[in-house]
Amino acid sequence: MKKMSTREAYGRAITEFGATNQFFVLDADLSKATRTDIFAKQFPSRFFNMGIAECDMMSTAAGMATCGKKVFASTFAMFATGRAYEQIRNSIAYPKLNVKIAATHGGVLIGPDGGSHQCIEDISLMRTIPGMVVLAPADAVEARAVVEAAIEYDGPVYMRFGRSDVPIIYDTENFEFKIGKGKTVLEGNDLTIIAIGDMVYEAMEAAKHLKEEGIEARVIDMCSVKPIDIDLIIKAANETGRIVTVEDHNIIGGLGSAVSEVLAENCPVSLKRIGIMDVFGRSGQVKELAEYFGINAKAIIDGVKELLVK
Amino acid sequence: MAIANTGGSNKLNLSYKRSKREMDKQEIQELEKIAAKIRWHTVHSIFSAGSGHPGGALSIADILATLYFDIMKINPLQPKWSERDRLVLSKGHAAPSYYAALALRGYFPVDDMVTLRNFDSYLQGHPDMKKIPGVDMSTGSLGQGLSVANGMALVSKFDGSGFRVFAMLGDGEIEEGQIWEAAMTASHYKLGNLTAFLDCNGLQIDGKVTDVMSPLPLKEKFQAFGWAVTEIDGHSIEAIKNAADWAQTIPEQPKLIICRTIKGKGVSFMENQAGWHGAAPNQEQWQVAQNELNQVLLSLGVKQ
Repeated sequence: MKKMSTREAYGRAITEFGATNQFFVLDADLSKATRTDIFAKQFPSRFFNMGIAECDMMSTAAGMATCGKKVFASTFAMFATGRAYEQIRNSIAYPKLNVKIAATHGGVLIGPDGGSHQCIEDISLMRTIPGMVVLAPADAVEARAVVEAAIEYDGPVYMRFGRSDVPIIYDTENFEFKIGKGKTVLEGNDLTIIAIGDMVYEAMEAAKHLKEEGIEARVIDMCSVKPIDIDLIIKAANETGRIVTVEDHNIIGGLGSAVSEVLAENCPVSLKRIGIMDVFGRSGQVKELAEYFGINAKAIIDGVKELLVK
Repeated sequence: MAIANTGGSNKLNLSYKRSKREMDKQEIQELEKIAAKIRWHTVHSIFSAGSGHPGGALSIADILATLYFDIMKINPLQPKWSERDRLVLSKGHAAPSYYAALALRGYFPVDDMVTLRNFDSYLQGHPDMKKIPGVDMSTGSLGQGLSVANGMALVSKFDGSGFRVFAMLGDGEIEEGQIWEAAMTASHYKLGNLTAFLDCNGLQIDGKVTDVMSPLPLKEKFQAFGWAVTEIDGHSIEAIKNAADWAQTIPEQPKLIICRTIKGKGVSFMENQAGWHGAAPNQEQWQVAQNELNQVLLSLGVKQ
């Protein structure tokens, strides 16, 4: 299976769309890691390195947007949503400006950098800002589509991209992405696994194993965490009765919480949230970390079985 | 309320537009009248609202009058005109005098000033660009406006449209670290089209700026950050105008105009009192303030 990180796909996508769209790209001294360097090389006059100053970067992006420009502002998820939270909230979101916050290195599966850099709160922080769109693509194809949707959308968008290479699960041909819409990637009626980002592939792997044991799991890619696809969640709850959420993010405030909110208000069913259990990350290889924090296919299989006997 | 109806004198004000030449006394006096009206509406609107920030709003009235009625290339009939000059009121709590300047300039009815901070009013407690015509950026959370102004100035340079960008900073506000990130950015990108006014009234909520967290020395700091700096009396229309003209003579550097001001300027009991940073006058205090502000207007020949 072909692999690519979603950050790499992001860098390529802004460069591809940058040829026909006159947007600006800002970075905070991480362009080689966020892959905005690809854009910078192609369109140097529309790339602005803001130095190691994320707060300044976000407000500068806002100022550009007040003049009618679309702006991508990139750094790691930790510094975008943590360091510059209030700039995003007050300079960008409050005036509903056209700034696209493209954060890479979301989650613990960024590997050896350790807990200080493994942002497990970004989706939670961004989701709570009024009007903010929150997108977490599963693979390179979806990452490209997310960038395209963000360009078309009028208003602030938060995009979360991963560091590690992940399998490409979608075909480039005929791939469609809509803000507010989830995608059923595998059919099944025994339960539904709703996942985002790198975890969508893991959920699909888990579903394959479960199928061998006679358990038919539906898998939904909920890339659009906000606005979330309420109808698709309700349908899954009604048809499959049980829901498992999977994310490389704190189980508090992220996808698990967003799905819980929909279920609790519309159709309470049994729910299991798989994710980071309200602890900080640590150094290690991606595989080791996935095993340790319980966010891989095996952990999903265990979680599903636990839920099924409830 | 007679004063409230003397605003919106657009035709007169547009006649100020002229290139570099000495301001004559009459022009200065016209701007002084505007500043006096701004002060009247500032205090009256805060009195009407029962809350607000008179001190730092009054200290910048002369700068706002000179910017909006002389310096800035704007058109109140087209608030979103893409090539207009911009002002980012980074010290957003000075909203009342900002609104008064915009109203008098014709962006919205002066009579609306009394709705400041009301539930059904568009005149929010702090500037909101989505609701208020003429407001170029929503502000209120201190320290972010200079970065925003940089973003605007970068666009002006990129597009070659050449509009000027002004930022209004407070001397307490620059304790925020982001200001210094932005100061670096402005000189790094050689934002010659950016001029920041630093309202040095010397006071912040908890007391003297130099006691709370001294940002001194101001001139040397900004110069070290690559800025061209001048220092003026922030209540002298002529000095403000001259400094804004000076700013245009230096193309490759951002400019800082350090404005020595008096917090609460124009209302005797508010002047130089940190306590009037964020407090509204009561009925009795408003009467005193109104008398003083009316006296100034009378002395300038404004009929009531």
